[in-house]
Amino acid sequence: MLKISNVETFYGKIQALRGVDLDVNDGEIVSLIGSNGAGKSTLLMTISGVNKAKSGNIVFNGENIENKQPHKIVDMGICQVPEGRRIFSRLTVEENLRLGAHANEKGKYFENDIKEVYNLFPVLSDRKTQRGGTLSGGEQQMLAIGRALMSKPKVLLLDEPSLGIAPKLVNQIFVSIKNINKEKNVTIFLVEQNAKKALELADRAYVLVNGKVTIKGSGQELLKNKDIQAAYLEGGAKN
Amino acid sequence: MEKKDIIQSFKDSLFTGLIALALFGPIVGLRTVSKGEGLFITPQWGVVFLLVGLCILGRFLININSARRTEFKIFSILSSKFSNVTEDKAKHFAITGILFAVVFPFLPFTDRYFMDVAIMILTYIMLGWGLNIVVGLAGLLDLGYVAFYAVGAYSYALIATTFGWSFWICLPLAGVFAAFFGILLGFPVLRLRGDYLAIVTLGFGEIIRIILINWYEVTNGPDGITGIPRPSFFGLPFKRSPDEGETSFHLFFNLEYSTMHRIIFLYYLILVLALITNYFTLKIRKLPVGRAWEALREDEIACKSLGVNPTNTKLTAFAIGAMFGGFAGSFFATRQAFISPESFTFIESAIIVAIVVLGGMGSQTGVVLASIFLIGITEMFRDLEQYRMIAFGGAMVLIMVFKPKGILANRKPTIFMHGDKK
Repeated sequence: MLKISNVETFYGKIQALRGVDLDVNDGEIVSLIGSNGAGKSTLLMTISGVNKAKSGNIVFNGENIENKQPHKIVDMGICQVPEGRRIFSRLTVEENLRLGAHANEKGKYFENDIKEVYNLFPVLSDRKTQRGGTLSGGEQQMLAIGRALMSKPKVLLLDEPSLGIAPKLVNQIFVSIKNINKEKNVTIFLVEQNAKKALELADRAYVLVNGKVTIKGSGQELLKNKDIQAAYLEGGAKN
Repeated sequence: MEKKDIIQSFKDSLFTGLIALALFGPIVGLRTVSKGEGLFITPQWGVVFLLVGLCILGRFLININSARRTEFKIFSILSSKFSNVTEDKAKHFAITGILFAVVFPFLPFTDRYFMDVAIMILTYIMLGWGLNIVVGLAGLLDLGYVAFYAVGAYSYALIATTFGWSFWICLPLAGVFAAFFGILLGFPVLRLRGDYLAIVTLGFGEIIRIILINWYEVTNGPDGITGIPRPSFFGLPFKRSPDEGETSFHLFFNLEYSTMHRIIFLYYLILVLALITNYFTLKIRKLPVGRAWEALREDEIACKSLGVNPTNTKLTAFAIGAMFGGFAGSFFATRQAFISPESFTFIESAIIVAIVVLGGMGSQTGVVLASIFLIGITEMFRDLEQYRMIAFGGAMVLIMVFKPKGILANRKPTIFMHGDKK
């Protein structure tokens, strides 16, 4: 469904991605783990078209998207939940969600879609007239995911949904991600530092080191992999 | 309050006094007087010491106040008085305000001077509302807004004097021209934000003014354009003795001729234009494009990842903001009947930005309050000539001290769910 081959991205002269190859199949949950600065967020931004790849191809449903504008890519069905949530803090919860529907035929199915988001995250429904900035970190993350779902994506790109969130809420969010995948049939590409959670959830997973994919396999395989345990799981694993 | 604090505040205020001395010493203390052939310096140290003393005392009082807020409440009481004006009350305020504005010309104390000031305030309110779209909603700091005001005024003046078309045809044309210039400015600054955007827009404002001065063949340069047609009351001119075959306003309505008719008409004209601007802004905020403006102000990357096209969003903000600036410009031209580049200097842009910022970015009612406050205060001090700008600056400082986020800083949500509306 989404195939990334040999993608290289630069920030000025600094190379962040050094030929990344990976693919995401329809209906899967694919996780990408790696340490700080490995290039995980850059890869997501490159898929979304916010950063442009210098070389390589990104193919989505048979169409090359590496040179498309970000809003065109969202129209095609790839929506990203950016790192750090990036909620519109002075807009209300509902306004945030409405903005998510921006790409979706001018919010034609708004009433129905918003109900689905509220079913998924009931807490948002309680807070719909509250400003985004007044929500807790976990609620903001739910809002960010809900906002992205409003565009009816085929693939949802999630950038570190566990960042700065209470452990209890992290579990809840990961359950929701699984539900989104299973019930709404949205393909998930998840980028995480919380390797244990990400690998448990994933059908397949990749490890990104210094802008290159070094290990790939099923989530369970990677959980048992000695190198990964040493580098990302032991001591570093949070629950 | 502890003794240590008092000594500390006292030291601090002495330091303030030193700065004041350094500033006022040369500026106020040494006065040059021309006697006969040369300039002579007359010192006036008495005034300097008075000013420095005031500074020390003022600083000391502020220090004491901040050290013991609970006991010495003058400032906090003042500021809480202001903060009682919330957006909820602002609705009643708005309705009362509009009603007052409608009956204002017929109130017993209203004379020619009041009308002129009111027209000026309304013009600034309209400009403030127009700029609010760009600065308050889309978050693009535009320091060259006067350029669009100028484009509107000159388009109106040139079209009206060349083709002799009526105000109601020229007005939309002037708006279209200004919007076009808005897009023209928008393209090069799409990638810029914040300070950089401000500098470029500032330059744009100056470019337009300098073109107006130098393009003599078209704009008549610094001499300006004279004889701009006055607006007519839907075809009825405001003239004492109408031309052959024409009926003038006072004859048609069987009234005694008075110059006030035209003034009152102009007043209602700008009132209606301003209210249209406001209505438009309130409506568009609830549409996808308006919401996209606000989202863009909050976070551009999040916007991109959600499929908002930042290019179109920014350009529409610039174009629509500029269009209202253009409308206000045509009104200005028809009211003055004479325009020259001198009316479109940077200080105008600065005043409009000040109105938007002091009003509370994005708040429509705030713009009204700030316009009345700033323009009104400068008018009140008109007799004091050079002290007017001090009053203007003082007013700004006061607002920023008591309401650092603007007079009305609260942004009202645009969406209410069923039953949530209060």
